[in-house]
Amino acid sequence: MKYIEEFRNPEVAQYLLKKIHATVTKPWNIMEVCGGQTHSIIRHGIDQALPDLVNLVHGPGCPVCVTPLETIDRAIAIAQKPNVILASFGDMLRVPGSQKDLLTVRSEGGQVEMVYSALESLRIARENPDKEVVFLGIGFETTVPGNAMAILQARHEQLTNFSMIVSQVRVPPTMEALLSDPACQVDGFLAAGHVCAVMGYWEYLPIAETYKCPIVPTGFEPLDLLEGIAIMVDLLERGEAKVENQYRRAVKEEGNRKAQETILKVFEPSDQKWRGLGSIPGSGLALKKEFREFDAIHRFDVADIRPDEPDICMSGAILQGRMKPPQCAAFGKECTPMSPLGALMVSAEGACSAYYKNRRV
Amino acid sequence: MTQEHKKDFDFSKGLQCPMPKLDHDTIQMAHGSGGRLMGELIEQVFVSNFKNEVLDRMEDQARLSFEPGADLVYTTDSFVVDPIFFPGGNIGDLAVHGTVNDVCMSGAKPLFLSAAFILEEGFPIHDLMRVVQAMKLAAESAGVRIVTGDTKVVNKGTCDKVFINTSGIGRLEPDLKLSVSNVQPGDVIILSGTVADHGMAIMTQRENLQFQNEILSDSAALNGLVESMLDVTREIHAMRDPTRGGVATTLNEFATASGVHIQLDDDAIPMRPDVKACCEILGVDPLFVANEGKLIAAVPEAVADRVLEAMRRHPKGKDSAIIGRVRGDRSGLVTSRTILGTERVIDIPMGEILPRIC
Repeated sequence: MKYIEEFRNPEVAQYLLKKIHATVTKPWNIMEVCGGQTHSIIRHGIDQALPDLVNLVHGPGCPVCVTPLETIDRAIAIAQKPNVILASFGDMLRVPGSQKDLLTVRSEGGQVEMVYSALESLRIARENPDKEVVFLGIGFETTVPGNAMAILQARHEQLTNFSMIVSQVRVPPTMEALLSDPACQVDGFLAAGHVCAVMGYWEYLPIAETYKCPIVPTGFEPLDLLEGIAIMVDLLERGEAKVENQYRRAVKEEGNRKAQETILKVFEPSDQKWRGLGSIPGSGLALKKEFREFDAIHRFDVADIRPDEPDICMSGAILQGRMKPPQCAAFGKECTPMSPLGALMVSAEGACSAYYKNRRV
Repeated sequence: MTQEHKKDFDFSKGLQCPMPKLDHDTIQMAHGSGGRLMGELIEQVFVSNFKNEVLDRMEDQARLSFEPGADLVYTTDSFVVDPIFFPGGNIGDLAVHGTVNDVCMSGAKPLFLSAAFILEEGFPIHDLMRVVQAMKLAAESAGVRIVTGDTKVVNKGTCDKVFINTSGIGRLEPDLKLSVSNVQPGDVIILSGTVADHGMAIMTQRENLQFQNEILSDSAALNGLVESMLDVTREIHAMRDPTRGGVATTLNEFATASGVHIQLDDDAIPMRPDVKACCEILGVDPLFVANEGKLIAAVPEAVADRVLEAMRRHPKGKDSAIIGRVRGDRSGLVTSRTILGTERVIDIPMGEILPRIC
């Protein structure tokens, strides 16, 4: 099966669009959780091709975007210490902290390395035994197993110069927090396909039932998104608050058991602050007590740093789906990819950068 | 002669000695200090490979004859690619191809190149030989001569193995008016082959991104292809090779300089299946990725089919395709028609192309 061609077939796309047009009779707000899905929607113009009654609301599923400002500031403080190498995913290097970003720290002489995975930062630690190597461990459940593996491997190799700034988030408590908000207008969720590939969708069954809200784990190709929306519209029109899986080729109800076990070995649920959303109880994944020695925040004593957020940045409202990027007064003016005010304009999965790159609104 | 050396040097290409008999295996600071050691390095590594009657005179400058009645085209470029050896080429032939291409994108015939090297102390001379050999072969294949050069050595850690600067001279017939500001409404946009090969070949050389199918760089000299296009028509409006920043950047340069709207078709962009899959897994937009052996041309509609046919007959243009057209409005934008029939804007990439996180 040639996944890319088959899932971009224009004829099947038209068939699915016709189906959605024929099924929908009332206005619905559907939130796609994952930033990667947002980018695919904007890139292929799916939102423009849908009937007006179907409103796609962009969710907070971008791990870079929701990393709290104080975490960035702490990473910067650590990176500026002598004998420290800070390793991070590329996108995080451009996210503005209260004063500067990590790329600026690098140009000022700090050792900041871009890595493509957590395990790569272990290699840096092995090769630099006289330096402290700190990995900026952000991510949703998709990335968490890799971060967990890095910790387990570091322990196995007895690496004493490796630690992690852990800022990890879970989707289900976030969905519940959004649904519990009386101002919430979301009727159904397209769940993040890759998160579900790891975690399965068993966690969403009680949420769908409690909040009477259909949830459809969906992939990222245009046909995945169209099929997911078609399933969702059908469920909404029939008043069925179920979980139905679109991304069958990658997602099973129980998910990847091995990955989940690995996560639970190293991390446990914790309260977590989301940039723009505030603190959501149980929505984070923090190091378990027995792995605290790998916690960089304590190792470097930077817990007291307090952030300073620019007022005109509307990231919070956008992450909650209450505003679209072009509605922000700073969009395209004070805030552009060259001079971003918030993470959503920087990140490859940020809603603001999706609109800026693909539309001229 | 060790087995390892035998693998690298092909005697059939007419080399006299596979590895020069130098006192050192690696570059020393003394190789850059102008004395006997430097003289040996230059003679045995550079001059022995780049041999031609201009270079052999060993003057400080190349003395060149130039036919009157034509314009001179002159360009320069520096090459710092890492890794220096990659699937499909190395920093040396990349440098020759890059400068030959910059010259011939104007329609000029490339003639002479300079080559200046900055070498890191400790850089293996064996590796330098591989780079220089590749340059010799690339220059011969493109029909250009390397006529002057320079060598500097810097302390270990102050440059990354080897940096190369090349400059190139070409001869431009006065009737050719190719320019980035000459793209016209109604023009057809032709791309000479598959996109993103080079950039993905480099990206996949990072340790944990290696794929089962090795992705090859498309590094190539395009002057022969350009000649075959000019044989069909002298009326090509604009031509450029989409290197760093990819097709998106080059088309935006056309659109901005000419004040036109270029509209592409997402479906029409030629791509190798392995490169396409690699871009998708890494979450990289192929339109932003560097190419080193491709050109984009804006040609009048009336001659487009004949130009395309001539390109497809040439070995460097066999996958040529029409990827878009220049519309009538003057928006200065580049857009693309999606598979759903909607239109999206193609912007210039912000900076470094980074893979997806999740």
